[in-house]
Amino acid sequence: MLRASQPIAITKMKRFIGFVKKEFYHIFRDKRSLFILFGMPIAQILLFGFAITNEINNVNIAILDKSNDAETQKIIHKIKSSPYFNIENQIDKESDIESEFKKGKIKAVLIFEPNFSKNLETKKVAIIQAITDATEPNVANTIANYTSAIIQNYQAQKKQSKSNQVKVEVQTRMFYNPELKSVFNFVPGVMTVILMLVSAMMTSISITREKELGTMEILLVSPLKSFQVIIGKVFPYIFLSIINAIVILTLGYFVFKMPINGNLFLLAFESILFIISALSLGILISTVSNSQQTAMMLSLMGLMLPVIILSGFIFPIDSMPLPMQVISNIIPAKWFIIIVKAIMLKGVGIQYIWKETLVLIGMTTIFIAVSIKKYKIRLE
Amino acid sequence: MVSKKEIASQVRNDKMEQEKIITVQNLTKKFGNFTAVKGISFDVYKGEIFGFLGANGAGKTTAMKMLIGISNPTSGEANVAGFDVHSQAEMVKKSIGYMSQKFSMYDDLTIKENITFFGGIYGLSRIQIKQKITQLVDELELQDVVNNLVGSLPLGWKQKLSFSVALLHEPKIVFLDEPTGGVDPITRRQFWEMIYTQAYKGTTIFVTTHYMDEAEYCDRVSIMVDGAIEALDSPKNLKEQFKVDSMNDVFLKLARNVE
Repeated sequence: MLRASQPIAITKMKRFIGFVKKEFYHIFRDKRSLFILFGMPIAQILLFGFAITNEINNVNIAILDKSNDAETQKIIHKIKSSPYFNIENQIDKESDIESEFKKGKIKAVLIFEPNFSKNLETKKVAIIQAITDATEPNVANTIANYTSAIIQNYQAQKKQSKSNQVKVEVQTRMFYNPELKSVFNFVPGVMTVILMLVSAMMTSISITREKELGTMEILLVSPLKSFQVIIGKVFPYIFLSIINAIVILTLGYFVFKMPINGNLFLLAFESILFIISALSLGILISTVSNSQQTAMMLSLMGLMLPVIILSGFIFPIDSMPLPMQVISNIIPAKWFIIIVKAIMLKGVGIQYIWKETLVLIGMTTIFIAVSIKKYKIRLE
Repeated sequence: MVSKKEIASQVRNDKMEQEKIITVQNLTKKFGNFTAVKGISFDVYKGEIFGFLGANGAGKTTAMKMLIGISNPTSGEANVAGFDVHSQAEMVKKSIGYMSQKFSMYDDLTIKENITFFGGIYGLSRIQIKQKITQLVDELELQDVVNNLVGSLPLGWKQKLSFSVALLHEPKIVFLDEPTGGVDPITRRQFWEMIYTQAYKGTTIFVTTHYMDEAEYCDRVSIMVDGAIEALDSPKNLKEQFKVDSMNDVFLKLARNVE
């Protein structure tokens, strides 16, 4: 029998590397997978980031005018006559704000600070605060933008009557949950979805493709051990998921000014943990699918949809009915989003998120154990 | 072609190589209550072309899976190339070659890449792989297409290539699972030429097929019906035994007998 005269360890290493190399060939020669791997993440994050600012008309707002002077009256009048806003109510005190929101009719409250005109004259800056309902993060930015536009328009007209330049700042503050600024909420969410997609779906497709083509049998008969096959299949996707995560974070940071306040190593560790849990789910799906189509469908229905709906990515978990809140606990994505947001926005260390990390570790271990067991049974 | 086979048989008989390369005793495989392989026993001698026949569902694929080390027997024993399939499955895998029904190659890799991959899997060094590539390309006349994707090759070429890849590491025995499916008669004949050449060199060939005319090309055949071996002998002896002219008729008689 022909064999290279080299140590067994080298043979094993070369064998494994040869296998991983083949996997990369498959990925880069398949246009569909290339698109899913690279095109989708970038498309998604840009789409979410920019398209969130959608057109709105007739947004109901309330006004709290603490100055009640000529300037504010004029500005309010301008807002009233714009098609974008509908002034539902005008309130007198801050304590009324919450009850206005609770009534459910308004989406934002515009607060004019006291001594508005005077501040404009002396400090050259007067502030209008836009407080928005945190359950509609999309609208917040839009309201801020439109209000700014109205103010600028007003100021442009005013230039004819006054000679000094004045600035009006519009501050947006999320009343109920300060960290719910739309883009900041979406970057961790998109990252989670993409990692889940690439790791789980692509892995399961890759394994079932081998089954479909009949080449899985060849691999099983070869000296490659079955765990080497699985790891070899999974390895390129770990690698590519990490690259995707880096791309998303970079885009988030440079294009959307999303901060990364916390420890990058901690973020890397948690991300890899999540990737591994997604990968084992992918393997699990591959053990129950016989074709790539099945794998893709199962991944989409069984993973993506629950992740998008129940992880807190788009719909806040607190506003869900109780049964769904309970179910959301078994979605690893939910825990990962909490962790990522905590690290990126709050900049905390492991001591604040040890509980969530433990949950993720526990889930990952269970998924790996179950998928190994199922895989072994399938081999028989 | 027949003369080549006779020469090969003659050479083997002359050398008196009655060394057994596969021994099977009471090999059984059950799936729950269903017994797919019912305690079969047989031997395969070194250098022979052994045909493993049977209808679809007779249990020959299940039996073969046990012999190549990817399925654990429920009971019974089998020894392939000197290793026990139950406790030394990994060694069995390393010592045998295998060609599957679906021709075992990756369509989206080139011929060169496929050979490099499988060579690496079986532990060949880079130099050995290079030599093998040159050798294969020469033998099969693939000079013009060596860097083409395997998917672009006609079926007949894929088949021959697949056979050669199964033999890259020069194993003592090669298992062929329905290797001539879907190919025209001329290509089938050419393929069997390749099998003879290999057998002449001393490689044992274990081939399953449901083409009964191919049974004629084997030294000995076994026929499985419903999980058990109902016949085991050379084609010539079987035809005499059942008083028919072709292996096809042997099979038909056997199937009717069992009913």
